[in-house]
Amino acid sequence: MKPASDTPALGELRSAVIDAHRERKPLRLRGAGTKDFYGESCEGAPLDLAGYRGVAEYEPSELVLTARCGTPLSEIESVLAAERQFLAFEPPSLGGDPTIGGVIAAGLSGPRRAHAGAARDFVLGAVLLAVDGEVLHFGGKVMKNVAGFDVSRLLCGSLGILGPILEVSLKVMPLPREEQTLRFELPEAAALGAFNRWAGEPLPLSATAWWNGVAYLRLSGAPAAVRAARARLGGERLEPAAAQAWWRGLRSQGHALLGAARSLWRLSVPASAPPLALEGAPLIEWGGALRWYASELPASEVRRVATAAGGSALHWRGGVAGHRFHPLPAPVLAIHRRLKERFDPHGIFNRNRLVAGL
Amino acid sequence: MHAAAPEAFRTRRPGEPAPPDPDAIRARRGEVARMLASLLPADCLLSREEELRPYECDGLAAYREQPLLVALPRTEEQICAVVRACHALSVPLVARGAGTGLSGGAMPHAAGVLLSLARFNRILGIDPVARTARVQPGVRNLAVSEAAAPFGLYYAPDPSSQIACTIGGNVAENSGGVHCLKYGLTVHNVLSVRGCTIEGEIVELGGAALDAPGLDLLAITLGSEGLLLIVTEVLLKLIPRPERAQVVMASFDDVGRAGDGVAAIIAAGIIPAGLEMMDRQATAAVEPFVKAGYDLSAEAILLAESDGTADEVAEEVAALESVLRAAGATAISVSRSEAERLRFWSGRKNAFPAAGRLSPDYYCMDGTIPRKALGAVLRAIEAMERKYGLKCLNVFHAGDGNLHPLILFDANREGEWQRAEHFGIEILELCVSLGGTVTGEHGVGVEKLNPMCVQFSPAERAAFFAVKAAFDPPGLLNPGKAIPTLARCAEYGREHIRRGVVSHPELPRF
Repeated sequence: MKPASDTPALGELRSAVIDAHRERKPLRLRGAGTKDFYGESCEGAPLDLAGYRGVAEYEPSELVLTARCGTPLSEIESVLAAERQFLAFEPPSLGGDPTIGGVIAAGLSGPRRAHAGAARDFVLGAVLLAVDGEVLHFGGKVMKNVAGFDVSRLLCGSLGILGPILEVSLKVMPLPREEQTLRFELPEAAALGAFNRWAGEPLPLSATAWWNGVAYLRLSGAPAAVRAARARLGGERLEPAAAQAWWRGLRSQGHALLGAARSLWRLSVPASAPPLALEGAPLIEWGGALRWYASELPASEVRRVATAAGGSALHWRGGVAGHRFHPLPAPVLAIHRRLKERFDPHGIFNRNRLVAGL
Repeated sequence: MHAAAPEAFRTRRPGEPAPPDPDAIRARRGEVARMLASLLPADCLLSREEELRPYECDGLAAYREQPLLVALPRTEEQICAVVRACHALSVPLVARGAGTGLSGGAMPHAAGVLLSLARFNRILGIDPVARTARVQPGVRNLAVSEAAAPFGLYYAPDPSSQIACTIGGNVAENSGGVHCLKYGLTVHNVLSVRGCTIEGEIVELGGAALDAPGLDLLAITLGSEGLLLIVTEVLLKLIPRPERAQVVMASFDDVGRAGDGVAAIIAAGIIPAGLEMMDRQATAAVEPFVKAGYDLSAEAILLAESDGTADEVAEEVAALESVLRAAGATAISVSRSEAERLRFWSGRKNAFPAAGRLSPDYYCMDGTIPRKALGAVLRAIEAMERKYGLKCLNVFHAGDGNLHPLILFDANREGEWQRAEHFGIEILELCVSLGGTVTGEHGVGVEKLNPMCVQFSPAERAAFFAVKAAFDPPGLLNPGKAIPTLARCAEYGREHIRRGVVSHPELPRF
């Protein structure tokens, strides 16, 4: 493993972190700022990571791309598209152009999540800027690696509380050769039943969604497999342009379908959970595993429903800082606290952003 | 190593602690046995010399240690009680599944309790609608797919030892198999882990839903070699069994060209379900014994499996044939029946036993490299065979860049084990220098502690200890495995060159 290149931009970041650690001044890690709204709170002086950018290494036949944290997602996607490859977890852009560091630190995944895997499933390695200014390499640029604890995957979704991700190596995948989207008019319960049934059959599924009485199903893969699945499933085929627009919209700001509600919830539940006892119609993604609700119900009520279904609820928009993420059980919280104390003893990095008090 | 290793080559290495005092061990055994006897039924505790002996080592027999005691609990409550007692008495705990591990990860601690999870062998439920299996850690890997088969589902990770190895062990090692390029490792196929912390508390990491709040503690637990938690239950993802599978077998007259063939397949946008390579020495070793129909005149053969619907497989097999021909394959055959497909695979799956027929002992390595370096690594291994005077067979998860060189030696011959060990370390250090890793799927255990000093800087190893301390503050879970101490690396470093100079030595670390 080679150390992250020692550029002036890196030198500045290291000095800023070392100074903040010495003076015990909290830092707020920031890329493109597309997720400023996301998380429990945003405290501290901004540490701008957008300037540490660029694709460091990309070899299509190795299926690995390594990029510095400030690289815009759009740049990575166009580099990959030129080789007919892509990020299979379809990171949400949230209406802007996030940096890859922000994408991985948030660990959010798009429509392909249930079939291709989550952001963390494609993380092969990461470089962490530790609080003492040390540059630490975890994982690597190979498909299989069990040397040492999997800190690079721990960093995915950590919202920066353990430090800035300077560089990340991701597994990339070939673009499917054929893609078709089918629509079916189905009520919610029937759509959930169909999603779970289809997922148990050898079909080339790559995404499912349900909104407003219509189930959407995307098939991706070898042309023969997509054609055979379509013939078997029926449904009405969306024109390619309309299909692309639908999935792109869902990926970047799908929840916008629910309107500009003040209070928006993102419920992560088992895909097989029946329709939830919450008022209003949800937007459903991930074969039933992700359900969005615009709801003014008390947070405790929404959480009770999510927990009863075997999942958790995130107050995506609205809500009270410190109470947006689903609460953690005490022994799990204790492990979080000790990790934070070890990696960032003075609470410099993104204080309170993932867990209140850490 | 497949044969029992004689005491002669159990030598102390740099950085290893001195052997414990036998009188102190006996006294401690009595004390801990009295404590555990009050918590467990009599048939759940082993303490006599002859009862302890079978637990001395796992699949890597060169490393042995007798545990203080063996506990074989039956319930989660009993596990928690044993853990709490060990915590109170500061007794190390080593968890063990089937003992098939290849890196000494389940080797006992001389002053510790070996916690066997062999009795946790029940599949608690298969949910065909949610496509999940809830299992205890002692369930065998293959038993999950067998139980899921009536629903047209299976569990994807398939390590070669899947008949015997357990899900708990797979979680500890983040095990792979021959289908990982397309279907992922254990980390991609486990939805949640339930486990007992060193404080004796039960935690659930991950869940039946796809997202869980907080840090991804599930991801870091997978592959943590028993250093963070004692696993008591695992929720596995099941996937639909493909309608059809077919294997393309291609011969090459040069290992480098075979490596280029692998790159050409990926470059063509194909992700085969399995992509394996064997060199001439490996095919020569297995063919007389398995009769898989391998081309013995080839320098290397590639096995590429395609799976999916019948039409999809037909299309992909045709594409594989044309890519491999263009890459210079000298012969190509495609399996025409399920029996023939299994025969093509049988040679690859029997490579280890075949090595055992050729030589009294063998030492299996597990480095991973970027695929493009394959030809160079195989040529370097050839030169090392001459340097160390030992033969090496090469089997290779080519799609993942994961090498399994099998170094043949005879432990009864003076100096051969030491030569084999040095040969292995030289291969691993070469993997690191090419941007790879010292272990792709077998784990560090005790075996690869020294090469870990080469792969990671002191600050990186300190970060690993920080993770360890966050889960296990007293450091009692499988201590001395997976992460080498600074002292050990310092001693090892006197003989070997390391990467990494610590900058800002004035700053405190973790």
